[in-house]
Amino acid sequence: MDQFTLNLIVVGASFALYIGIAIWARAGTTSDFYTASRGVNPIVNGAATAADWMSAASFISMAGLIAFVGYGNSSFLMGWTGGYVLLALLLAPYLRKFGRFTVPEFIGDRFYSQSARIVAVICLLTISITYVIGQMAGAGVAFSRFLEVDNTTGLLIASGVVFMYAVMGGMKGITYTQLAQYCVLITAYTIPAVFISIQLTGNPIPPLGLFSTHAESGLPLLTKLDQVLVELGFHDYTGLHSSMLNMFLFTMSLMIGTAGLPHVIIRFFTVPKVSDARKSAGWALVFIALLYLTAPAVGAMARLNIVTTIFPNGTAEQPIEYSARPDWMETWAQTGLLAFEDKNGDGRIQYYNDDSEEFAATAAERGWEGNEIVTFNRDILVLANPEIAQLPGWVIALIAAGGLAAALSTAAGLLLAISSAISHDLLKSVLMPGITDKQELRAARISMAFAIAVATILGLNPPGFAAQVVALAFGLAAATLFPALMMGIFSKKMNQKGAIVGMLAGLTLTLLYIFTYLGWFFIPDTNMLANTPDNWLFGISPLSIGAIGAIVNFTAAYITMKLTGEPPAHIQELVESIRVPRGAEGAVDH
Amino acid sequence: MTNDRTASAYWKANIRIILICLVIWAIASFGFAILFRPMLAELPLTFGGVDLGFWFAQQGSILVFIGLIFYYTWYMNRLDKEFDVDEK
Repeated sequence: MDQFTLNLIVVGASFALYIGIAIWARAGTTSDFYTASRGVNPIVNGAATAADWMSAASFISMAGLIAFVGYGNSSFLMGWTGGYVLLALLLAPYLRKFGRFTVPEFIGDRFYSQSARIVAVICLLTISITYVIGQMAGAGVAFSRFLEVDNTTGLLIASGVVFMYAVMGGMKGITYTQLAQYCVLITAYTIPAVFISIQLTGNPIPPLGLFSTHAESGLPLLTKLDQVLVELGFHDYTGLHSSMLNMFLFTMSLMIGTAGLPHVIIRFFTVPKVSDARKSAGWALVFIALLYLTAPAVGAMARLNIVTTIFPNGTAEQPIEYSARPDWMETWAQTGLLAFEDKNGDGRIQYYNDDSEEFAATAAERGWEGNEIVTFNRDILVLANPEIAQLPGWVIALIAAGGLAAALSTAAGLLLAISSAISHDLLKSVLMPGITDKQELRAARISMAFAIAVATILGLNPPGFAAQVVALAFGLAAATLFPALMMGIFSKKMNQKGAIVGMLAGLTLTLLYIFTYLGWFFIPDTNMLANTPDNWLFGISPLSIGAIGAIVNFTAAYITMKLTGEPPAHIQELVESIRVPRGAEGAVDH
Repeated sequence: MTNDRTASAYWKANIRIILICLVIWAIASFGFAILFRPMLAELPLTFGGVDLGFWFAQQGSILVFIGLIFYYTWYMNRLDKEFDVDEK
């Protein structure tokens, strides 16, 4: 059986499973549609949150970004896990006690203002749509390779599948499909990593393998990796080669953003009790950590495997000939995401850092005229990883299913957050208060379909690698929703004007900074400054600006509050009541 | 612990444990993995060929985060009962 057929069978079987669950769990009432009747067990909810959370960015993109940068990109690892501590300690239990369906609903009620609610809806839509672009970029890469179709067709298939189960099943469908997706994606991520770890270090546990001895050379794996990279003029893997301030702010931005993401917060409305909300955040992090502890091992080992594939006899010897290149290079070259150019015409692939001035002399001496892997898309690394390590065909097919599970599950969760913001927060409570439950449900489904269409169009032309686009969404969440939610709980005196001014200040600053470097509304070539470290203000990249946006949000809100006086007494009592677990409404039963 | 069992005492105790947890959270990630990494590298301790700061950046911090959430959950369940504000 050839690889293509195998891919089709494995990916098709996994889709059939998700769709089957969605149909089985088809939702009936409004409460069911949004929050699965608040009847979800914390461990199940934790696994579903993990699947919702780990998107194309975590699964497909992150290990590749770590592989090509090394230590500096540890921000992704710490940022996307550390946020759960903030979520469990500062938000989840109180939002569950408050007992509403959506994030704008909390903000609207707590700040006793429809304007605050509308501002929250605007923030939510900005965050979620940016996030979905990243998912579509990732899904496009996965489909283009595994179904051997072009990017556009891949995106259309992806949007069709997301539409099917998100629209039909609602949240309940999503909770149980996401449990299934978690199982598929974690298995798919772990199996190739275990094989590769055994090949390189003899240790079957990848996170331990990362810090063990490289079997072939007898050196510690990371020492060996640093050594071969430096021999080719690259930066060493374990050192810091960017600004420490930027790394600090980037990590901060991802952490705060994690705790402010509406599609993640919405999950904590579905647990039965307040104490379960805390526990659920803990379980979510356990399930996430299984992948996040493996990812740095995948990154480092893949980077080493790439170098040793191209320089089979060591970096001091000749690289391989074009004619002898392995099949994976051939197949990935067909997608255009990997490309070669024999610059010096010697028939061999020179892979080195041609930007390094110190290495230029060595390269000239060896007759090298530039790096000959001219395109190496970071998003292909995890998907190509089993092929690079020459693992069996079923492992390659499995990773395709896993990558698609990650991209599609997150896209579905985001679409739910988008549709509930529009139908529940805009239509039902602001524009058309008389709407029936049934009409509201229909509006939710129509807005989902609309959001899928927008996301598909934007996914055709993403402003970066999947994880980078997603990081922008985190910056926006950090600068807008997190501060508003936190002040709503921890400051009894915070009033409506403070919250609105804070969110708008954070959103404006962050969006302006991002658009300055990445183009207005991410349209290519409309940026005002080139996106390079020299142009960044104080060396802060557009990916890290969310941390500054959050500080601006807090400060602006506080000053406005001081100038405009206290909120009414019943709001202060409301804040008192959400601070204690007792009296939370039980699981709603219909 | 005092004998004060009011809602404000409960909240104060909650804020205290949150602050303690967040200090540990920050030290494990922003501290050991980023800001103090050069200092930790001076120690004669290495972990699989690299300094401790690298390990914290890629593994240690994540393990600390998990520990913190479960500790906080356990602590708060106890606190809820003590102040008689737990869910029935």
